Amino acid sequence: MENLLEIRNLHATIDGKEILKGINLTVKAGEVHAIMGPNGSGKSTLSNVLVGHPAYTVTEGEIIYKGKNLLELAPEDRSHEGLFLSFQYPVEIPGVSITNFMRAAINAKREYLGQEPMNATEFLKMMREKRALVNLDSKLANRSVNEGFSGGEKKRNEIFQMAMLEPTLSILDETDSGLDIDALRIVAEGVNKLKRDDTSSLVITHYQRLLDYIKPDIVHILYNGKIVKTAGPELVMELEERGYDWIKNEN
Amino acid sequence: MDCVQEYIELFENNRTLIDGPCCKKLNEEREKAFVRFKTEGFPGLKDENWRHTNVAKKFATNFGMDLGRKSATSNIKGSFTCDVPNLKTYKGYVLNDNFVADENNRLLPEGVIIGSINEIAALHPELIGKHYNSLAEKGDSTVQFNTSFAQECMVLYVPKNVVIEETVQIIALLQTNVEILTNRRLLVIMEENSHASLLLCDHSATERESLSTSVTEIFIGRGASLNLYELEETTDSNTRLGNLFVRQEHDSRFNHCNITLTNGFTRNYVEVVLDGEGAETNINGLAIGDKMQHIDNRTLVDHRKGHCTSNELYKYILDENSTGVFSGKMLIRTVAQQTVSQQTNRNLCLTSCAHMYAQPQLEIYADDVKCSHGSTVGQLDENALFYMQQRGIPAEEARHLLMYAFAGEVIDNIKLEALRERLHILVEKRFRGELNHCKGCNLCK
Ligand SMILES: Nc1ncnc2c1ncn2[C@@H]1O[C@H](COP(=O)(O)OP(=O)(O)O)[C@@H](O)[C@H]1O
Ligand SMILES: [Mg+2]
Repeated sequence: MENLLEIRNLHATIDGKEILKGINLTVKAGEVHAIMGPNGSGKSTLSNVLVGHPAYTVTEGEIIYKGKNLLELAPEDRSHEGLFLSFQYPVEIPGVSITNFMRAAINAKREYLGQEPMNATEFLKMMREKRALVNLDSKLANRSVNEGFSGGEKKRNEIFQMAMLEPTLSILDETDSGLDIDALRIVAEGVNKLKRDDTSSLVITHYQRLLDYIKPDIVHILYNGKIVKTAGPELVMELEERGYDWIKNEN
Repeated sequence: MDCVQEYIELFENNRTLIDGPCCKKLNEEREKAFVRFKTEGFPGLKDENWRHTNVAKKFATNFGMDLGRKSATSNIKGSFTCDVPNLKTYKGYVLNDNFVADENNRLLPEGVIIGSINEIAALHPELIGKHYNSLAEKGDSTVQFNTSFAQECMVLYVPKNVVIEETVQIIALLQTNVEILTNRRLLVIMEENSHASLLLCDHSATERESLSTSVTEIFIGRGASLNLYELEETTDSNTRLGNLFVRQEHDSRFNHCNITLTNGFTRNYVEVVLDGEGAETNINGLAIGDKMQHIDNRTLVDHRKGHCTSNELYKYILDENSTGVFSGKMLIRTVAQQTVSQQTNRNLCLTSCAHMYAQPQLEIYADDVKCSHGSTVGQLDENALFYMQQRGIPAEEARHLLMYAFAGEVIDNIKLEALRERLHILVEKRFRGELNHCKGCNLCK
């Protein structure tokens, strides 16, 4: 299988403080990777650096995505190239409806790919289909993006957007946090339905429970800005039993 | 010699010319107003109400005034229709500061009067005598300047129980190839239980320095209602000094929205007196500035009777080196019990060179009232911008979406659907830089 993403010796800082201290990670097309680790390890930092958040500075290393130097691409172009982040804390955008937001996103992508804008009927049909995937209420679609949404609604809205944009590599940053078991199931099933043989995911989580639904091929433990352990799915069980303290003590 | 002295001499030396085409009322009021202008001059920056708006400097240009009423004969109709798609309108034109009636107009409901004060005063002397300048009389010296030089006043009179279904649209246009100063006047009298919507478009088709003073007086009788929409689409070289005085009686309603879409240097003063129980007033403003634009909105809502409601929303979006000033005063007098009053002012400064001066003022003398006010100045939400970019929306477009969403709240308050939709499109175009900088009107394009 070919490498979709290669992260080599990645160092990154925020406000001058080094958070990522030499990450190496390779994701092949079709693989699901889980990244686990205690709070403050740098998991969200890694997600944000991958999608090009301007607050972070890459000081060393490189990221190759689809054979391209990812760090040279603008955030919107990374998106057009199939990179998607389900944010740990989705942002509220008062005054911008989900419909207008998605229309702008879809048409920007189509323009990038040299396609005509999607016509209104086609677009609304697509909205309906993708909403059904995560049980997102049609009323929410006319509301401002995430404004006044419950925690569960926000996370479902993230997966809905993922369904609309059909990414090649999706990063799910604690998409399970704050969800009750039903919402978790809906979100996880949505993600599984979107899975294709050639798409990959980085599933960032604290807990085993999401990984009961989304089965990872490979599991990494990120601690203090480094990947300190990589193994098969059995590592999830081990973490569940032993907690994170042994990791902290060993490193 | 300073410019105040020049205007004094201009006035004194041309009194016959100025008075010539005017009705008696106009000339009586100018006499009194001139005395005040002569003693007060223009307000300086030391004047509390003009601290950030240097208006005296604007008058210093060597402007021409059309005291001989030369442009009165020009024809602007046809070349300048200013149609809003899907909005039926009855039109009147103000070319520079002359009123030009449109013969193509449909019939208005019986008893409605629209036209020049100099004709109407002859037929209805009491109506004009009672109302003209009665609200503006106590205005500041820029208002007195206008009253001193005004030679024309457009009048709209709506009799008791009459509803004008069509929107009355008054299109003011500057057309000149010299530096020009115009003094515009509008008088609106809404009798008991009448209703009308009024759209005032302020355009400029000249790149020359220009200055327009305007004074609008509006009387809204018991149970009557008026929607007033003002849209400024002028140029960098234009100065606008707008003054709006409104007096509302029992159970009347006034909805106002003032939009500065493109301009040079603008000051709008809005004063609403709630003078009858149960009156409601909703005043809104949207100011969009870039380059060196200056937009100053000053409002006073004077609650003189109990059980009245006022809502105020002003928003500014300031880019590049533009300056915004907002000063909104809510005055709740001792007798104005059970007042519900709310004022919101929100401002976006998109660059570090854009400046916003905001000063909400609350003066409450009654004890049983519900009043709130809030003012904020901020930037576009960086997190929202990044979120949108992550979804593939280019940075520039993400900015426009956020700006447009911010402005949308004001436009959504406009009651006329066709106008609301048109303004949504215009504001979006404005942000995209697609507004054809006023070679005419953008409303109909
Ligand atoms: N603006 C900042 N300045 C300095 N340190 C920061 C800043 N933002 C986050 N951090 C630190 O970066 C570290 C990693 O945070 P994060 O990537 O959110 O961890 P995780 O997602 O694994 O919980 C934390 O120790 C956090 O305190
Ligand atoms: Mg995190």
